[in-house]
Amino acid sequence: MADNIPKTPKLDELEKGRWPSFVKEIKMAAQKSPMAVDLLGQLEQSYDEKIGYWKHGGIVGVMGYGGGVIGRYSNLPEKYPNISHFHTMRINQPAGWFYKTEALRKVCDIWEKHGSGLTNMHGSTGDIILLGTKTDELEPTFAELQKIDFDIGGSGSDLRTPSCCCGMARCEWACYDTMALTHDLTMHYQDELHRPAFPYKFKFKMSGCPNDCVASIARADMSVIGTWRDDIQVDPDAVREYADKGMNIESDVVDNCPAKCMSWDGKELHIDNSFCVRCMHCINVMPKALRPGKDRGATVLIGSKAPIIEGALLSSVFLPFVKVEPPYTEIKDLVDKIWDVWSEEGKNRERVGEFIQRVGLGNFLDAIELDPVPEMVAHPRENPYVFYEEYFEEDEGEEEEES
Amino acid sequence: MAKTVDEIAEAMFGMVKDAQGLKKLKPMDLTKAMVELYGGEGVDKKFCKLAIKQLIDSGRCVYTYFGGSYIELPHSEGAAN
Ligand code: HEM
Ligand code: HEM
Ligand code: SF4
Ligand code: SF4
Repeated sequence: MADNIPKTPKLDELEKGRWPSFVKEIKMAAQKSPMAVDLLGQLEQSYDEKIGYWKHGGIVGVMGYGGGVIGRYSNLPEKYPNISHFHTMRINQPAGWFYKTEALRKVCDIWEKHGSGLTNMHGSTGDIILLGTKTDELEPTFAELQKIDFDIGGSGSDLRTPSCCCGMARCEWACYDTMALTHDLTMHYQDELHRPAFPYKFKFKMSGCPNDCVASIARADMSVIGTWRDDIQVDPDAVREYADKGMNIESDVVDNCPAKCMSWDGKELHIDNSFCVRCMHCINVMPKALRPGKDRGATVLIGSKAPIIEGALLSSVFLPFVKVEPPYTEIKDLVDKIWDVWSEEGKNRERVGEFIQRVGLGNFLDAIELDPVPEMVAHPRENPYVFYEEYFEEDEGEEEEES
Repeated sequence: MAKTVDEIAEAMFGMVKDAQGLKKLKPMDLTKAMVELYGGEGVDKKFCKLAIKQLIDSGRCVYTYFGGSYIELPHSEGAAN
């Protein structure tokens, strides 16, 4: 088989340098996998001709599921018969991406048997991405994965596979258990994950603190970001130790505080916590001296997305602070209300953030029965979307009298 | 008279069959139509969810994806040719 590997001078350029190379990996897979051989051929041809040769499918999947399989076909099936079908399977990753090597080996064995052997660990959705198989292999792959307790993830207009940072498993900043919440939401919303019923995709991403390692604020329809509502914990001796060892606390910490709420007199670090915006900067710079407060929970934000149909959006605050504890009733109640309104009123392919922009945040809050709070305002005097009922009522009364 | 899940699934199947090749229907299109027709007889969104589940799990309809997700009769993939 190794003799079949096509000459790929253009792809070979991508093997140079000291970083990982997908070309190197595909070539390694090509020692065993005819699909990988043809993949190299088609890719090189695409690089030569500057033309992509993939076609999108829309029908393939496994019985009962509406998501998780993404149909792809080669546009040059005569020349590259082994990749005439090249479907992707998204596999729901364990929360926080923790595996035993044993589990990974099993997944890889299944994929070498039923697919190209190529994987992408992990996709930007968070899932394990199994790249390239034929329609006939989808059900057998799924059956074998189920036997080792793996399930297919989301795609299409459904709940996408929930995803989180490693949180309390490895990170001292975690303000809530991201992995527990992610697992709970995944199990609770199985129907929504596998049976697309929304106007478009919906993503949950859980970050344990405002460092937001899974970038939930930029790419989740619901971002759950850990925070605290009491004071930053300060160890004054450790602060002085940083200073003694040469840290310029004035310029590296105090001057970079976006809230300008810190001061340093050379001996004591003072924080006016009522102005702190929980940005994590000072804590990141002096991890031994500072840590998040003890009264911890999360801020729930809604509406971010990358540009596809409309431009990019960041999430906006909906719940400034919630305690994140099982059974997560407050979060689930909000989710259910949002889905109810958006599923019914959202246009086809309209993300919830776009929907909110179209109907107005005030109307949306009304529909999901959430009271406006100051934290929802992006900048003072910039979001005049909250109107007080009493003014409306006066106007309506006058109109009625006239007619 | 109260509707059964089977009856609603059957009515949804009829809609999908009539629309095949003409218009792609989303799950919410089916749901809204059923609630409009039979809402008086206790058919709500939850009920429709069960009917769609039945429709899909029986294999009579499949989910498809063309930008968004739809419910259609099973058919062979155009892109596969
Ligand atoms: C010495 C004279 C003035 C001072 C010190 C002054 C100061 C200010 C300040 C501090 C603000 C608030 C900015 C903010 O919202 O963050 C403001 C806003 C404003 N001022 Fe003045 N102002 C002066 C004269 C005027 C005059 C003469 C006018 C109009 C004829 C005016 C019209 C406005 C308007 C419309 C705003 C609102 C801008 C916005 O919300 O974006 N100001 N001014
Ligand atoms: C038909 C006439 C006017 C309209 C439609 C109007 C509309 C507005 C609007 C929409 C705002 C922003 C409110 C907010 O973002 O919270 C504003 C703010 C303001 N307007 Fe007017 N305005 C008018 C006349 C005037 C006049 C004649 C003056 C001064 C002589 C004036 C002074 C200001 C000031 C100082 C603010 C800032 C208030 C604040 O941010 O606290 N406006 N106006
Ligand atoms: S988001 Fe915060 S808690 Fe999660 S891994 Fe990053 S720094 Fe740690
Ligand atoms: S967390 Fe950010 S805003 Fe708060 S005190 Fe530290 S640097 Fe300032």
